[in-house]
Amino acid sequence: MIPLINPITLFFASIVTSNILLTNFLGMCSFISISKDWKSSFGLGMAVTFVLTITTAVSWLVLKYLLVPLQLEYLSFIVFIIVIAAVVQILEMVIDRASPALYLSLGIFLPLITVNCAILGAILFMQIRNYGFLQSVSFGAGSGLGWWLAILLLAAIRERTEKSPVPAGLKGPGITIITIGFMAMAFIGFSGMIAVQ
Amino acid sequence: MSPIIVGPLVAAGLSAFLALVIALIDRVVNDYGEVTIDINGGKRSYTVRGGSPLLGTLAAEGLFVPSACGGRGSCGACKVRVLSDVGPHLPTEMPYLNPEEVSQNVRLSCQIKLKKNIDIELPEELFSVKKFSSTVESIRELTYDIKEVLFKLDEPKAIEFVAGQYIQIVVPPYGEIKESVQRAYSMSSRPRDDGHVELLVRLVPGGIATTWVHKYLKVGQKVELVGPFGDFQVHDTPAAMLCVAGGSGMAPFKSMFYEMKENNSFPDKEIWYFFGARTTRDMFYLDELRQLEKDWPRFHFVAALSEPKADEAWQGDTGLITDVLDKYIKEKIGKDKGLEGYLCGSPGMINACINVMTKNGVAERDIYFDKFA
Repeated sequence: MIPLINPITLFFASIVTSNILLTNFLGMCSFISISKDWKSSFGLGMAVTFVLTITTAVSWLVLKYLLVPLQLEYLSFIVFIIVIAAVVQILEMVIDRASPALYLSLGIFLPLITVNCAILGAILFMQIRNYGFLQSVSFGAGSGLGWWLAILLLAAIRERTEKSPVPAGLKGPGITIITIGFMAMAFIGFSGMIAVQ
Repeated sequence: MSPIIVGPLVAAGLSAFLALVIALIDRVVNDYGEVTIDINGGKRSYTVRGGSPLLGTLAAEGLFVPSACGGRGSCGACKVRVLSDVGPHLPTEMPYLNPEEVSQNVRLSCQIKLKKNIDIELPEELFSVKKFSSTVESIRELTYDIKEVLFKLDEPKAIEFVAGQYIQIVVPPYGEIKESVQRAYSMSSRPRDDGHVELLVRLVPGGIATTWVHKYLKVGQKVELVGPFGDFQVHDTPAAMLCVAGGSGMAPFKSMFYEMKENNSFPDKEIWYFFGARTTRDMFYLDELRQLEKDWPRFHFVAALSEPKADEAWQGDTGLITDVLDKYIKEKIGKDKGLEGYLCGSPGMINACINVMTKNGVAERDIYFDKFA
């Protein structure tokens, strides 16, 4: 049974009310480590969005036409990881050739993304929620944009806190975790407005 | 069919399919056609297939830019100045470049992919660098942790170098080490004996290459060598040489001294050789060098132990090599023709010796040493 949620609603829901980072806490590692700097955050966010959109589409096709007919859904973890790795590899090669400028701003983050759990997380949500193709793609794109939005917000805040009189013991990661906590509370305030299941 | 078979089969089949797709796309996308590499304003040029890093492409053409890590971007040795546009510096290059190098567009050749024609600048001496296949002829234990390894060159059969230069050993993967690495060692053999290369290798605990040489290398084994590199050599001035070495830092000096004696080269130069060790256990070549001192009037050999044991019958000097050096410069060495420093050893020893020498009036530009070790 494909859930009835409208792909467009799902797209906006996954950006804001069900933000994969701030409500599911996926992809935290690069979220914290890269967000020191606004420019890198922008590149990484773009790369996550890009990869997430494409891998959800490819994974949906693999799930629907390979794993489900052969009753191999239990292999989904390993198969999705392989798919993510291959797609990232192909994207890296194509971008390197097609646009050196884009490669420079985005390409160096691609290998990082292979192991970003937000990507695998979103694909597994797609599987357990039984999304259709359009729903999957809009969910993937929306989750990516949501991740991008979250890291940009955090990077902007961190550039401020760097210059603020933070107590010595909280400088760096300490104040960052607290900031993320406040951001997550703000985003959780939206939860329930749109049911994404 | 049983799911036990179908599952792995599907996972493996899918992986194989995706690998095939990647390989196909790689062939199409990474085909940059023919690219021309122009070196030193037209002195040399190569037409090669693009798509690979500059370092490996040059090596395939027989031009070896020094690299200790073999192109993984972890040693920062393979620097090359690029005159044409190859895009901005990559984050993987930045940790190894100082601001001046960045402004001169110095790049790590292992990180630059050849996509179009490129103009680069290289030191001329790299043109004589070759890859040698060799056979281990002998391995001799000099001390408990230093081995003297003699390689016989098979192809090419002879090497042309200046005494003091170094060569790189290509260490193949072994045991836990999964990738081939290259490490640099000063040659202790003489340029005159051009069919052999001799190296002194001290076992460094945990060192990839030194462990391999000490624990795995056997007589008769085939080894690849790349070289020669470096500009550590005797300078043609009348100034007296103050040579200081510790441990396997003996290597370049052994080559220099025997070469100078045999050719009577730089006949005006007085040579003072200070060799420091902790105990007699760490001393080697003592008899040879004392004999050389007797046979060759302008050569003076000073061996010093820093921690001689009470029961050791030690005839030479005692104390830290820097203190001994200081004492000799102040009391025994004539300064009328000027002094030059030549150093080979650990970075700590090199810095300490530079300190002593500059305090005694040796100009810093007249102190020479190799920066590896």
